[in-house]
Amino acid sequence: MRAISAVAVNVFKESVRDRVPYNLALFAVVLIGASYLLGQLTAGQDVKIIKDLGLAATTVFGLFIAIFIGIGLVSKEVERRSIYALLAKPISRPQFILGKYAGLVLTLAANVGVMTLALYAVLAYLTFAAPPQLREAWDAPGLDPRLLQALGLIFVQLMIITAIALFFSTFSSPMLAAALTFGLFVVGHFNADLKNFDRVMQSKPAIWLARGVYHVVPDFSAFDIKTEVVHGLPVGAAYLAATIGYGLAYIAGLLVLSVLIFSRRDFK
Amino acid sequence: MTADRRLAGGAALAVAAFAAAIGLQMARDAAYPRDESADRALMYVQSPAALGRIVLSFDALAADVYWIRALQHYGGDRLSQTKQRKYGQLYPLLDLTTALDPYFTIAYRFGAIFLSEAYPGGPGRPDQAITLLRKGIEAQPAKWQYYHDIAFVHYWQLQDTEGAARWFRMAAAQPGAPNWLEPVAASMLIRGGDRASARFLLQQILQSEEQWLREAATRGLRQLDALDAIDQLRVIVQRFPPPAGERYSWQWLNRRGVLRGIPTDDTGMPFELDPVSGDVTVSPRSELSPMPARSPAPK
Repeated sequence: MRAISAVAVNVFKESVRDRVPYNLALFAVVLIGASYLLGQLTAGQDVKIIKDLGLAATTVFGLFIAIFIGIGLVSKEVERRSIYALLAKPISRPQFILGKYAGLVLTLAANVGVMTLALYAVLAYLTFAAPPQLREAWDAPGLDPRLLQALGLIFVQLMIITAIALFFSTFSSPMLAAALTFGLFVVGHFNADLKNFDRVMQSKPAIWLARGVYHVVPDFSAFDIKTEVVHGLPVGAAYLAATIGYGLAYIAGLLVLSVLIFSRRDFK
Repeated sequence: MTADRRLAGGAALAVAAFAAAIGLQMARDAAYPRDESADRALMYVQSPAALGRIVLSFDALAADVYWIRALQHYGGDRLSQTKQRKYGQLYPLLDLTTALDPYFTIAYRFGAIFLSEAYPGGPGRPDQAITLLRKGIEAQPAKWQYYHDIAFVHYWQLQDTEGAARWFRMAAAQPGAPNWLEPVAASMLIRGGDRASARFLLQQILQSEEQWLREAATRGLRQLDALDAIDQLRVIVQRFPPPAGERYSWQWLNRRGVLRGIPTDDTGMPFELDPVSGDVTVSPRSELSPMPARSPAPK
């Protein structure tokens, strides 16, 4: 456990050295700038749009961090040949992979945490600036704690993307790993269609193949509850628990595969 | 040259380059103005289903963008002094907005007001307004506001009091609906939509939490006031016709001592008096114009 946390802390420190937190400043500028502009453009919908923008920006910034740092987690060590020095230390290969993953998840957690605070700060300003009559017309309160449900699922989604990037990073080049991870991110939003392939096809093998792909490809559309949360619509606790559980199980599967591939890899 | 001076020189050079770029851009725009209306009318994707796929999980944000585009399109066309008002993209933009975010209440309700507004204040398409609101009902069948808005379009724009009463009844049947909807529905049927009913309905809407709805109701009430004033003026004009060979005019009525000055509506714009028929109408330049398609009859 100490070895894993040592690797994780190093990954976190390296991301800070790589100026990853700069994205937080950009996030704040986007939100504050948008909150000013939207008041003039949106016919009283600024709070709704700031929520949409904040949640979308959290996803996009997190996606870029997960992909562009995730793909380099292993390959960078191999390219720099620092992997030899690392593996000579009392760190097993599974510990190395898990530590790398935990480090990037820690970076993401810090980013998502700060973005959440920034989003709530902007929403607090807009809420207190709005007259009470306008506030009553909103679908959901400005400082709605249910936003945390959407942010929580976004975070789990980012954890899956990190695990995918790490998985590809164990056996392919950074460019290919980035392309494959981004491709899976896109395909993962469409895969709910695969489940209902029987409505458009007659062929049993094709239907079974589609079902198989549906279960293999990550189901990212299930993590998207942004619209419901922004409009104050209820999202069941059981749905949240099942989706988070699915995400954690999928991550566990990817990490096991990553460890297996990395353990068999020859660095000579 | 020290490092500081090199840095300052480089920064000055960069500022000069950007300033030159902006200057050239402004000069080019002045010399070759671009056709903004053509840009605005362009919609890259028209299919709501296709767009929903393209934007992945960012459908709510894309809906916001299309909502802002719809507002810009409507406002741009309505305020335009230079080109013919068409509002051609208004319904497709609202359709995309509500397809991407089916719970975007304001897009249905505000959009329906835009669509049903008589030309040139809007496209004059109450049918599209009703289609949009029906789409809202599909997404949220218990939302009484959508039924209410359809009833209002039937009443105010289509002058269909039976249709309005039916929709007001349906609105009243939804959970959480205010208790004044049922009496409004009844008054539609009993009195066939007289001005008193319209005033009562608009005064209820004036209590709404939403500012834009209150503004629409205020405008409706001012239009009703204008209609009342027009009725009185028509009586006066017909009672004091001009001498044979002269035309109807406010000046004649002033000379007779029947009126002082030129009567104006609530916005301060003089009423128009047709010199031949003696008919009195709201000026097309008034903020109250266009008036509802067929104004409710006085009680």
